[in-house]
Amino acid sequence: MVVSIVLVTFISLTFVGTAILLQAQITQMKSYWFDRAQVAVYMCTDFSTLGGCDQQGASADQKVAVEQRLQSATLAPYIERYYFEDRDQAFANFQDQFQDSAVSELVSPELLPETFWINLVDPEQSELMFEALSGLPGVESVIDQRSYLDQIFALLNAGSLTAVAVASLMLVAAALLIATTIRLSAFSRRRELAIMRLVGASNRFIQTPFVLEGIVAAAIGAALASLAMWGIVRVFVQGYLSDALPATVFIGTADAFATMPLLFATGIGLAVVASYISITRYLRA
Amino acid sequence: MIAFDNVSKMYRGAPKPALSNVSITIGAGEFVFLVGASGSGKSSLLRLILKEDRPSAGEIHVLGQDLRRIPSRKVPLFRRSLGVVFQDFRLLPQKNVFDNVAYTLRVIGKSSGFIHDAVPDILQTVGLAQKAKNYPHELSGGEQQRVAIARAAVNKPAIMLADEPTGNLDPGTSAGIMNVLSRINASGTTVIMATHDSGIVDQMQRRVIEISGGRVVRDEDEGSYETSAIPLGELDTAPIPVITDEMAAVSPPTPLRSARAIDPDDVASPFPWELRA
Repeated sequence: MVVSIVLVTFISLTFVGTAILLQAQITQMKSYWFDRAQVAVYMCTDFSTLGGCDQQGASADQKVAVEQRLQSATLAPYIERYYFEDRDQAFANFQDQFQDSAVSELVSPELLPETFWINLVDPEQSELMFEALSGLPGVESVIDQRSYLDQIFALLNAGSLTAVAVASLMLVAAALLIATTIRLSAFSRRRELAIMRLVGASNRFIQTPFVLEGIVAAAIGAALASLAMWGIVRVFVQGYLSDALPATVFIGTADAFATMPLLFATGIGLAVVASYISITRYLRA
Repeated sequence: MIAFDNVSKMYRGAPKPALSNVSITIGAGEFVFLVGASGSGKSSLLRLILKEDRPSAGEIHVLGQDLRRIPSRKVPLFRRSLGVVFQDFRLLPQKNVFDNVAYTLRVIGKSSGFIHDAVPDILQTVGLAQKAKNYPHELSGGEQQRVAIARAAVNKPAIMLADEPTGNLDPGTSAGIMNVLSRINASGTTVIMATHDSGIVDQMQRRVIEISGGRVVRDEDEGSYETSAIPLGELDTAPIPVITDEMAAVSPPTPLRSARAIDPDDVASPFPWELRA
């Protein structure tokens, strides 16, 4: 009976822990990427049709106008730094980035736009750049790199939410199982309980062993779940993912350790409430 | 010590009250037999004293406390001043005699020093000093009942309730049990014993309260199981049952002599002593 409590709390807390780890991973990636995310002001090329381009490359005047706008008193306070990337640099970067890909052979410098890369003081304020720059002549588009990241984060968030949903269902199941187990345990000791009540043992005296039973079982489950957290980070994240995706930052064992107090608190709290309610109802019924 | 004032008890779903308008007073140190047919309300009365149940109407005072005013978390404390003995002994089979008796002291938090003084003492009183290390299955029925009495008495309760304690025992053994109960009564404990054993009641010549159909129909000092004496008149003066007019119609005051002809199925609760645990 106690083994079943251990297993159910173990599994449900593993889901809780996984949800927490996913959130930690998302936070970590966000802070890493959002600091590096830039706003790109793509200038028109001879081939672009978007914005105000009309298949005409941006003229030198237009580029100067954009640069002046960036240096103006309204925008300058929000901009940490910016730099201009001409076609040759863009081409070099592109070749570098896609060196193993067939795409690199199809691209020539003329196809790539000249770009102002802007690092904002506060990456949240990219909206300002859209408003100020997207209407200017010779500007094809203004893109916040974070919009690409947002999709990835949305996916990770969905995964995390799923884990939370599964975890809450499992926690409910765990609570019910604890309640049932404690009730059975009380029933198997009904002779002692009847005598204890008869001779005036205090309610706390009668209830405490049952609540302790629940706590111990849940604590073992929480310990196993903590071990699982450590294992997931150590073996899966650090051992596999960081090799497979070397460019990405990943959570470390410190994050796994951070989840453990929470897992113990959740498991034990659940056990206390469920077993206390169960034994109290049993004694009253 | 114990006072019932117009107490009635209705069980849910039961057509008749288990007790109706019971008023009795039992003083300190008394030895009282509670007699009456099965289902007459004896056990209901004992349950009410134990605060296992609450009365539907009326007031009960036990040991100077109004039972209605005892909050449920104080009930355990209240029960420590009562000892209870059952027909079926209710010993813990995996514990020996000493531990069965000591158990009640342990669960109310007595020190082990106190336990090692009090338990041999009470085993001496019930005559089982030599069998302290035996297990219940190694004892005869009478010996098991003595253990149960020792368990009920070890905490020196002011009141001892016994529900047919000799119900499973032969006459000779029963006499031994009555001896033990008398000894405990002599030490100052009020004893209330529900019984069907006419021999014991007749022989002891103690106060007898007879209950029939939930009413007290006789209350005699030094009475017998059956009496030819004139009833106390409770029947004639007893007020109409509290519950409803229909109720009164279903259970008209029962004549004294027909009390034993009561329907055996007319039982208030199938296991009145089954504790809710």
